[in-house]
Amino acid sequence: MSEPTKRQADDIPPAFETEADELVSHYPVSKRSASLPLLHLWQREFGFVDDSGVEWIAAKLDLTPINILELVTFYPWFRRAAAGKVVIRVCRTLACAMAGSHEVKERFCESVGLDPHAEHHGFGTPPPTTADGKFSVEFVECLASCGSAPVALIDDDLVENIQPADVAAIVAKLK
Amino acid sequence: MSSLSSPPHPKERRIIFENISLPGYTPDIDCYLAHGGYESLRKAVTMQPTEIVDAVKAANLRGRGGAGFPCGTKWSFIKYDDGKPHYIVVNGDESEPGTFKDRYILHQDPHQLIEGLAISAFATNTHLAYIYIRCEFPHAAKIVWNAIQEAHAKGFLGKNILGTGFDLDIFVHQGAGAYICGEETSLLESLEGKRPYPRIKPPYFPAVLGLYMKPTIVNNVETLCHVKHILRLGAAEYAKMGTPGDGGTRTMCVSGDVVRTGIFEMPCGAVTMRELIFDLCGGLKPGRSLKAVIPGGSSAKVMRADEVYKIKVKGPDGAMIDKDLPMLDVVLDASTLQSVGTMIGSAGLMVLDDSRDMVWVLNNLNQFYAHESCGQCTPCREGSLWMSKMTTRMLAGGGRPEDPKNLKNIADNIAGRTICAFGEACSWPTQSFLAKFPEEFDKAAG
Ligand SMILES: Cc1cc2nc3c(=O)[nH]c(=O)nc-3n(C[C@H](O)[C@H](O)[C@H](O)COP(=O)(O)O)c2cc1C
Ligand code: SF4
Ligand code: FES
Repeated sequence: MSEPTKRQADDIPPAFETEADELVSHYPVSKRSASLPLLHLWQREFGFVDDSGVEWIAAKLDLTPINILELVTFYPWFRRAAAGKVVIRVCRTLACAMAGSHEVKERFCESVGLDPHAEHHGFGTPPPTTADGKFSVEFVECLASCGSAPVALIDDDLVENIQPADVAAIVAKLK
Repeated sequence: MSSLSSPPHPKERRIIFENISLPGYTPDIDCYLAHGGYESLRKAVTMQPTEIVDAVKAANLRGRGGAGFPCGTKWSFIKYDDGKPHYIVVNGDESEPGTFKDRYILHQDPHQLIEGLAISAFATNTHLAYIYIRCEFPHAAKIVWNAIQEAHAKGFLGKNILGTGFDLDIFVHQGAGAYICGEETSLLESLEGKRPYPRIKPPYFPAVLGLYMKPTIVNNVETLCHVKHILRLGAAEYAKMGTPGDGGTRTMCVSGDVVRTGIFEMPCGAVTMRELIFDLCGGLKPGRSLKAVIPGGSSAKVMRADEVYKIKVKGPDGAMIDKDLPMLDVVLDASTLQSVGTMIGSAGLMVLDDSRDMVWVLNNLNQFYAHESCGQCTPCREGSLWMSKMTTRMLAGGGRPEDPKNLKNIADNIAGRTICAFGEACSWPTQSFLAKFPEEFDKAAG
């Protein structure tokens, strides 16, 4: 991972700070509780969390940067480098796998031009992403929609009962 | 959302899903109020807090998150007047594979949860609560937060609720993709902003030391919704729907190899395995037969379709006698499933037909647990990964004669030796699959 030359914290929009303060106010007993909400806010704004993000959130909550970094490397949701503009998360777990989610994931990878068998180990690394930065595709664990398997979470939206043959059309709409 | 939009089967009784299954029902407060919303809270604030706790006890409500602990008993661990702040944390992490009920409540009937939560706060002298929602439900987080603001505006939350002088604030907290955060002490660490490592027990209950080391109740989303209906129907009426140890209705999630997958709400103990699979779910797919069911979320021990359990029942003269209970005749309630060596858990039933290779199925679950172990305890961190690597190798044709024995040995050395119940959760599939389908594992072992 090459070090980004620009620090995300140099470009914080004015409304961001207000939103961060609002989130901190939801935790009147302990500011530290706001670390996950601020990480979500940061990743939504900047796409990933760089060192300046870790430091900014830590400073905001009177913590040391390692208190934030250890969350970024624990939770599968956060990443230290950019993912695609659209992130496609296909469910890997039992009900979806039985309904063909492995094939569905392969079709997604092929449709956007990714290696269907690329490994992704998490710990803050972004999921496999196309060279043009448009798409990431990854497997995630049970999305709590096993009755309409196989499913995928495409950005914020759940897509249910996906058949391999549907995938190309789904991707075409996202392009 | 197939099963809820069709009319209920005669065995079903929709209480939790009553609103959600109405055509045109929307999650806003006006729609909720038009359907009797917040009447139970109005009633609650006229009652003594202890009366509410007693009603929940008398209703025989068990937690719907997986462990099945009696809800009223849990609440009674909180001392109303101990002078400490109390907290309630709602577990909306819903990540046990096979479970998909809370998602409907959070997305489609958020006020039902808020009402149940407000009643439990009033009963336990709690003024601050959090609803923890997995981040893979981004719309739900917005819908629930919006519902909280609506309830504030109408005086059901905030300061001086319904003129009683009682205050309650609720906030939404989003997870970040880790299954372990469903374990209640991990969830609390996550909410405190720490790495979500489950806490060492004792204390066994967050009611002793919970959020910010203060008395805390952690309840599942569905559990708190039931509270509203206990007050609405009365504890006796509510309890009567279920079995003596398991009151009310239960939502059951069915996935896998049946004609109609989906979610069904029935009085506890109202259906047998046969009725659920063959009547409510329309049976197996054409030409297929039943092989196995994982009855309570992915960690529940698997049941083999041709098993006959030996259970003890009360005979005509009152003495306990042995009885044969075929798997399909097992009644789906907490105590019956426990008596046949598995559990109702989160009531997520995964149905497997005769086309399924049990080594493949176990490998899928092993990969889940290997991915989700938090890594704190050596037996769980290493063992879950070993089991996953072994079943992966067996599937790829690299089985070795000693594999089944070694798998069992690893699982036996995780369960009971870890900080949290994930240790059991990741061992039970391996232990039960090996015990119930030894021929398939022997074959894959070569
Ligand atoms: C590994 C593990 C994962 C769990 N996941 C969930 C979950 O996703 N949702 C949930 O409500 N409870 C989950 N639980 C159970 C909780 O620890 C806790 O018992 C429950 O939230 C209590 O609420 P209840 O008494 O209302 O069921 C999990 C437990 C373990 C050990
Ligand atoms: S049992 Fe597993 S998940 Fe639970 S604390 Fe230990 S390592 Fe973590
Ligand atoms: S297994 Fe895919 S949603 Fe549960």
